Amino acid sequence: MPMTDSWQTAEIPGPKKASLIIKPDIADAMIRRAKRPIMIVGHGILEYEVEGRKLIECLIELSKRGNIPVVATASTNREFLDRGFSPAALMPAVDIANRLTDTAWKGLDGKESYDLAIFVGLPYYMEWTILSGLKHFAPQVKTMTLDCVYQPNASWSFPNSTIKDWAANLACIVANLGD
Amino acid sequence: MYEYPAGELLSRKGVNIQIKELNSDIAHLRDISLTIGAIHDEKWDEPMGPTPFPSLTTLRNWDLALLNRYKPFYLPFCDLCCLCTYGKCDLTGTKRGACGISMPAQQSRTVLITACIGAATHIGHARHLLDHLVEKFGSDYPINVGGTGVEVEAPVIRLVCGIKPVTLGDLEPVLDYCENQVTQLLSVTHTGQEGNHLDFESKVLHAGTIDQVGMEVADIAQISALGFPKADPESSLADLGMGTVDTTKPVILVIGHNVPPSTEIIDYLQKKSLTSDVEVTGICCTALDITRYSSKAKIVGPISWQLRYIRSGIPDVVVIDEQCVRADTLQESAHIRAPLIATSEKNCLGLPDRTEDPVDEIVHDFLTGKQTGALILDPVKVGEVAVRTSIGIAPQRKKHKSLPHSKEALVALAKKCTQCVLCRRACPNDLPLPAAIKSAAQGNLSGLDEIYDDCLGCGRCEPPCAQKIPIHSLIVAAAEKKTRDETYCIRTGRGAIQDVEIRKVGGPIVLGEIPGIVAFVGCANYPKGSREVAEMCMEFAKRRYIVCTSGCSAMSAGMYRNEDGKTAYEQYSGHFEAGGIVNVGSCVSNAHIAGAAIKIASIFAKRPLRGNYEEIADYVYNRVGAVGVAWGAMSQKAAAIAAGFWRLGIPVVVGPHGTKYRRMLLGRSDKEEDWYVYDARTGKKVYGGPVPEHLFFAAETKEEAMVMIAKLTMRPNDTSKGRANKLANYVDLHKRLVGGIPSDVHQLVRTLADVPLTMKDEIVCHLHDNNWKEHPIPDPTLLKRMVHKEKEH
Ligand code: SF4
Ligand code: SF4
Ligand code: SF4
Repeated sequence: MPMTDSWQTAEIPGPKKASLIIKPDIADAMIRRAKRPIMIVGHGILEYEVEGRKLIECLIELSKRGNIPVVATASTNREFLDRGFSPAALMPAVDIANRLTDTAWKGLDGKESYDLAIFVGLPYYMEWTILSGLKHFAPQVKTMTLDCVYQPNASWSFPNSTIKDWAANLACIVANLGD
Repeated sequence: MYEYPAGELLSRKGVNIQIKELNSDIAHLRDISLTIGAIHDEKWDEPMGPTPFPSLTTLRNWDLALLNRYKPFYLPFCDLCCLCTYGKCDLTGTKRGACGISMPAQQSRTVLITACIGAATHIGHARHLLDHLVEKFGSDYPINVGGTGVEVEAPVIRLVCGIKPVTLGDLEPVLDYCENQVTQLLSVTHTGQEGNHLDFESKVLHAGTIDQVGMEVADIAQISALGFPKADPESSLADLGMGTVDTTKPVILVIGHNVPPSTEIIDYLQKKSLTSDVEVTGICCTALDITRYSSKAKIVGPISWQLRYIRSGIPDVVVIDEQCVRADTLQESAHIRAPLIATSEKNCLGLPDRTEDPVDEIVHDFLTGKQTGALILDPVKVGEVAVRTSIGIAPQRKKHKSLPHSKEALVALAKKCTQCVLCRRACPNDLPLPAAIKSAAQGNLSGLDEIYDDCLGCGRCEPPCAQKIPIHSLIVAAAEKKTRDETYCIRTGRGAIQDVEIRKVGGPIVLGEIPGIVAFVGCANYPKGSREVAEMCMEFAKRRYIVCTSGCSAMSAGMYRNEDGKTAYEQYSGHFEAGGIVNVGSCVSNAHIAGAAIKIASIFAKRPLRGNYEEIADYVYNRVGAVGVAWGAMSQKAAAIAAGFWRLGIPVVVGPHGTKYRRMLLGRSDKEEDWYVYDARTGKKVYGGPVPEHLFFAAETKEEAMVMIAKLTMRPNDTSKGRANKLANYVDLHKRLVGGIPSDVHQLVRTLADVPLTMKDEIVCHLHDNNWKEHPIPDPTLLKRMVHKEKEH
């Protein structure tokens, strides 16, 4: 399938589509370039494993290495707490996205607005609509998804990938960030 | 606030209201003369309120007050607009279309179109039903929804239209009004009309109000004339589930929402003493309404059971009316050799019109296979044709099914799979079909069997399959034991809430002893199956909320047994009381849930009801902790129903698919300035706290929804005792489902008396850490004019 096909076949947004993260370096560069990144983590992360570890563990490492605050949606928080990691905030996905559209919002810590929002683990169609909201109404925020499927409404997305390829890419992103 | 010109306010067929003076801050009225041609002798001495028969802009200020607090967050479902031949126009970001429209306006325009479709559908349904009932029973047939137990028989109509309908005929001008408004509202969506998103949104709310009126007309008409349960908390239990159907008998399946053809089937069976010989089974709201008509009828399940039930081969005849009927029902019925009868002008399916043909001929054509379907627009004739055909064809059909006939056949089909993944990519719930089919090819059906629980029954997985594997059929065949075990029950739709019940619970609700009313309504587009609705209902009933159900959600609520083997309806009472699970009925019965909130304001709090929308909505919004939950909302009707609740100040929670409605109405608890209200005692603007936090909210999971529901029952006017009760539930659910104390507790505690005793230490500690400051509990209102009123009292 072409690399910029939406995972859910019919979810075709229009002319503006996400650029592909073909190599982990691209995601790394985006994260490094961001002054104020934030990561929004949905309940879907529990389904996946990356190189024998739960995806959530990989994300905790990413958060620590990249100094990226985590917003845990739904009941994802429990899984973080079980691993001794406290998310920066617990908030429903629509709520955090709504705040991101507000240019006057100074972030969870009241300091400065975010310039990169990384999404992972929301239901595909819900992430699709939320990223659409941000694409249209939060031009100041670049968005990236770390899911293994193509999200056309993000600024940056992986193509639809096999779990194996995607896991390798993710592991590489995390490892690079520590450099 | 409003300046009506002196003289005629509204004039339309049958209704003419003259108001000589209404300089209003809404309260000041003089010399109103009301002539309602078709309306029965007016015996209602309540003075007319300020907004009878509101037009598109009458309640605009109220709408803008809500929309200012709950600003739309748009989630475009498409970057383009293609509504006229200038298009397609790319509206991405700040681009505008050839007509000048912006993306926010375009999204709200789409929401308005959706709400208009929903409202038109209920109103069209109500009109058809009313015409039929008036023809059958006469326009003087009295409205009676609950005898002496229900004096306020039509709270929505009284509130919105300012009239008190007494007979079926009185409902006709009400529908005239609704039809007029929906036409006006739809016209707003034409290219080059409204250009501002908030004005579109205000009209969305108006569509919701009109929809609520239309639903009330439909339900009170059918309750009155068809002998449905009349506000009966102990209405009987009906069979629910595929496993309850006696497949040794001829089986009729009715699908849709508009009940007359189905009632005629029941009548014909009775007339011919055949009631015990033929099974009448239903899907969707017609099913709910037919069980309100006959205790013998059975409900198969929600909308999502259409494909699986038809393919199972159980029905011998399929009768469809209108709304939410699959467009491929004719083809699906043909596969199992069951004739199909279409009965609605709105859903003819290309079938020949046999309305005027003799019954014998139609039945003969069905039995000989000369015809697979027919349009019959006469409900009485439908009754006879359906019954005689079912009896005649059952021995021939022998429950011919279109599912794989054996495990071997299933496995053989699964073996054709190439693992292209296109089925999964078409599945709305992204279910792991390829893996399950791979296992099935090796003889292991457990994956498919598991998928059955989360499957929407939409069939979208099948068309992309190049191997032509009937994937949904594989799922259903793999889960055959489960389908046989679907033997549940549901309390039949009781209709209205009695005035006396309102008097009993009004105080406890407003004072907070009862933490809230939670209404599970709407369709079955669930992210993870029906069971989540049942679990939520039981959880909130256990916590002593009043739980209401309607439509497909009412069925889902019953399709689960707890550890004692009981369904929600067997375990909890049907009374409108703490810990009750109250099934009001079908989609149109949603009007009774709105009606209950309205009656709390008018009967318990004695606020004037007649044509007094804003004051009642302001009361409900600030004091009645009601929340709607449409966990599987799919349809345009669900959008209109939600809009009616929003305008009445009742928040609505939807499931994750609900983000596809294109916009949320979200409050910002972090912006203190958004949460000021008038204190009616002093007239000062005071901080009322971020409650209810949202007006339209999509939750990602059931757990997130439950925590949010508990939070959204909070209101600025909660007493300390009430707030403590609501907080205890919110904090407890949060701890259990999300983990830890919610981070916003300090925003929800106004004085230390609000803190639940059992959680005192941890909450006080949290307050301390968050620099909490006490603030007084206001006598809250969003309407400045209410300040004067309170002072006058
Ligand atoms: S209605 Fe407006 S935005 Fe839509 S296609 Fe026509 S010109 Fe373009
Ligand atoms: S029928 Fe079930 S499995 Fe198939 S696409 Fe629909 S929800 Fe998915
Ligand atoms: S679409 Fe058909 S062939 Fe492709 S994975 Fe699904 S079942 Fe197999």
